[in-house]
Amino acid sequence: MVATTHSTEQIAEWFGLGQILFVTIHLLGLALLSYIIAKRVAPLLRAERDARFDRVFLRLARVLQFWVAQWKHPRYRGAGILHILIFGGFITLAVRSFALVIFGLANDISFPGAIGHFYDMLTDWSASVVFLCMIVAAVRRIVFKPARYAVPERYGRAHSADAIFLLGLIAMLMLCDIVYAASTAAAQMQESGATESLAMWSLPWMLYRALIGVPLPALLNTRLSICILHELTFYFLLCYRPFGIQFHVITSLFNVYFAKLDRGTVKPVRWGVENLDSVRYFGVKRFEDFTWKHMLDFYSCADCGRCSDNCPANAVGRPLSPRFLSIKARDYSFQHYPVFSKAATDGAAVVGGIYSEDEIWSCTTCGACEEECPLMVEYIDKIVDLRRGLIDDGNVPQSLQKPLKALESRGNPYGKMEKKKADWTLDKEFRQSCEVRIVDGKLKAETLYFVDSITSYDSRIQAIGRATARILDHTGESFGILGAAEKDSGHEVRRFGEETLFMQLRDHNVEAIRASGVARIVTSDPHAYNALRNDYTGVPPVEHISQVIAREAKSGNIKFTPVADDGAVFTYHDPCYLGRHNQVYDEPRYVLDAIPGLKRVEMSRCRDRSFCCGGGGLMLFYEPKEDQRMGVKRVQMAAEAGANVIVTACPFCMVNMEDAIKVAGLEGRMSAIDLTELVDRQIVRRVRSDSPAALTQEMSNV
Amino acid sequence: MDILVCVKRVPDTSENEIELNRAGNDIERDDLVYSVNEWDNYAVEEALQLADKTGGNVTVVTVGDEEDEEVLRREMAMGAKNSALISDEAFAGSDSAGIATLLKAYVQTHPQDLILTGVQAEDGAAQVGGMLAAMLDYPFASLVNAIEVMDGGKLKVSREIEGGNKEMNEMDLPCVLSIQTGINEPRYVGMRGIRQVASVEIPTFGAAELGVDKASVGKPAAKVERTDYFVPALGKGAEILGGSREEVIAKLIDLVKAKGGLK
Repeated sequence: MVATTHSTEQIAEWFGLGQILFVTIHLLGLALLSYIIAKRVAPLLRAERDARFDRVFLRLARVLQFWVAQWKHPRYRGAGILHILIFGGFITLAVRSFALVIFGLANDISFPGAIGHFYDMLTDWSASVVFLCMIVAAVRRIVFKPARYAVPERYGRAHSADAIFLLGLIAMLMLCDIVYAASTAAAQMQESGATESLAMWSLPWMLYRALIGVPLPALLNTRLSICILHELTFYFLLCYRPFGIQFHVITSLFNVYFAKLDRGTVKPVRWGVENLDSVRYFGVKRFEDFTWKHMLDFYSCADCGRCSDNCPANAVGRPLSPRFLSIKARDYSFQHYPVFSKAATDGAAVVGGIYSEDEIWSCTTCGACEEECPLMVEYIDKIVDLRRGLIDDGNVPQSLQKPLKALESRGNPYGKMEKKKADWTLDKEFRQSCEVRIVDGKLKAETLYFVDSITSYDSRIQAIGRATARILDHTGESFGILGAAEKDSGHEVRRFGEETLFMQLRDHNVEAIRASGVARIVTSDPHAYNALRNDYTGVPPVEHISQVIAREAKSGNIKFTPVADDGAVFTYHDPCYLGRHNQVYDEPRYVLDAIPGLKRVEMSRCRDRSFCCGGGGLMLFYEPKEDQRMGVKRVQMAAEAGANVIVTACPFCMVNMEDAIKVAGLEGRMSAIDLTELVDRQIVRRVRSDSPAALTQEMSNV
Repeated sequence: MDILVCVKRVPDTSENEIELNRAGNDIERDDLVYSVNEWDNYAVEEALQLADKTGGNVTVVTVGDEEDEEVLRREMAMGAKNSALISDEAFAGSDSAGIATLLKAYVQTHPQDLILTGVQAEDGAAQVGGMLAAMLDYPFASLVNAIEVMDGGKLKVSREIEGGNKEMNEMDLPCVLSIQTGINEPRYVGMRGIRQVASVEIPTFGAAELGVDKASVGKPAAKVERTDYFVPALGKGAEILGGSREEVIAKLIDLVKAKGGLK
């Protein structure tokens, strides 16, 4: 039954030659890959330290969730499903590929028995699905061109050619798999009249049916050449991966495993350094000042553009696109740590080099980029580190210097006097309804209301402070404030990179809080909440006022009157530092829904996709280069959702929203209210026992 | 080029609520926060940039007491190599001429290529720079908003004149310049920088070190005495323009034109 043109010996000889060829390709490929990877690891070894070796089981669980189960991908439905299919196919096929790599060429690798049969069927399908996905992906790239893939002119040329080349390579690999399986089956059928069955309706199965009539020698030749082509493509692709966005296929597992675990925190100036006086300088100035994990982030970015698609700074035309923070740093790394020549590090400043100062100051640290990234690439810590470097060089926008100096000398960015910190409580009408004590060690209270600068000093925002105090008073809470002893929480001071000033503010506050003897802390400012919860240590547990209200409403301690205005449609705007950074999404919504007759709609961007109002703290002083205000975009989103009242739970959101309503020309048609103000307005007040009404009540009872 | 910058510690107008004391001859000084006089920051920044270009040292000097060390440290954190505190009980109560006399004595014992001051101090009278130049018999330019170092020990100096226009001058070194805000963007002085110079020894110069006759400075020698402060009576209230946005804009343009702000 052997073909007429070739003798059995000849064929055996060919297989022998083929075997040698395979082994050669195999070894060369592996050697080259090891060399390339070693070169890529080189800058990581010169990078700063990073503490990522703890909490192994938590990290493994996150690998299961975010890597194996591709948790974040479906946030972009179409592309996400496509990626899950490709990823699944790759993992399936990789089992065989790596078996090949490890076991070399023990002719045919197959798993025994039913599992082997099932696995073969699975690979038939995997190859088919991945091949078809490549076609769909190429059509998306060429025909539909999703906007988030576009490369703005200032960032260089478009990346689509690279992407399509890569898709082509993968398609080629899949095609090899398909042809190999089909031709092997067809040859077996001709040789022995029986074959391992191929998965029905898969591409190998269809091709097998087409090939069944082809003469055996041609089939064997095809099989052999496709095998060589497969090997060549496989190793080319493997060695080509560390040269661009395709690198994520190799690095993603590590990037997800070593991802940041603690939300809302900022990395220390230098990991593992206790005494900061011994540090030569703060922050990132040169490329090598990034930590190794941050460099791994640069390698891992898949250029999918989801971060920038969600970045509010990017949306309003600020000179910041998180995607290009990664891409530019990776380009720098590839250029200065090349694979085929010596590393040529120039130690050049990264800001002023690959990044501009405006780019680095444009970030509001809202966290939308990090929330979206399927590969868990971090941005806020890098931005903060770059700012630390700028601060260290004295390179700070003039608009921020005055508030920073005021924070240093007065403990608040407005330069107001400490002794006026509690002046918001002096309002005559307010004092009649609620008394706010200053806890100073002599006067004690169970709970501390941490007010923070804006609520203490801004005449509009003071109303939030008074509403919060009245709510706490209503719940029967024994509470007080620190008054002049309270300094700014330093939340933005830290995120703007002024670590030493932040530490001074923090140490002062921690001491004042501990001296006050309170058992817990409540705040109405999500930035203060995040600082107290995630930046401070050694202070009592802290809650945001929305959590307190939700609890009291659930227990029936707070009851609400129905909303008077029939035409009012409410929407809740998630403050970044309450929502994304601290996962408080449900409590404020619970409170709103507990108010009888309140009509509430959701904006399309809500919860973990909330759109930043423009930023708080020092960001209010910064003068960004932008086409539009973030707040204006946000109030327009509220209008689109059909709302006419924006409820928020952050004093900075309030400032930005009220400004934006005016700028957007929506005055009279849209309003903003803080959750505490709304609750304070709708609360059913208990009649105070000493009030005239209560007295009359008592008298009539008698 | 060795550059001396004269700086002053002043109550920070943006971080204090300035009130008169009971006697009416000074401001209420309890609970005040102080900072470097704003113009002086620009002068130090300019000196640092010039020294960067030409080589040489920047020294900051102030007349005062230990409390004034704070501003010297801040300017050292900014980058000034040396500092000097001119301090002596006999110097208390000096008028501008007295201060200029002390600075002159310092310059004579510590020769400089260039001396910079701020145009004025927030609580001062914009006199010391000019007086110092006259006493030293150095050329002087006020309201300087650009400096260029030329070959042959000369400076090209731009001065701000009426209406934001510039006047260009060539001057011989050494000279005294009073620096206008806006000449540069002073660098930020972080807490870390301040901590690093917190324990640096600051040399103090008294009458003996400077060779100054005590009778020529201090309160007894002062020819100008501050006798009163007062808050001016409130003038007519602001005018609020009414009408539609277009009308308001038109009225505003007319008003600005009438005052000569637009041509």
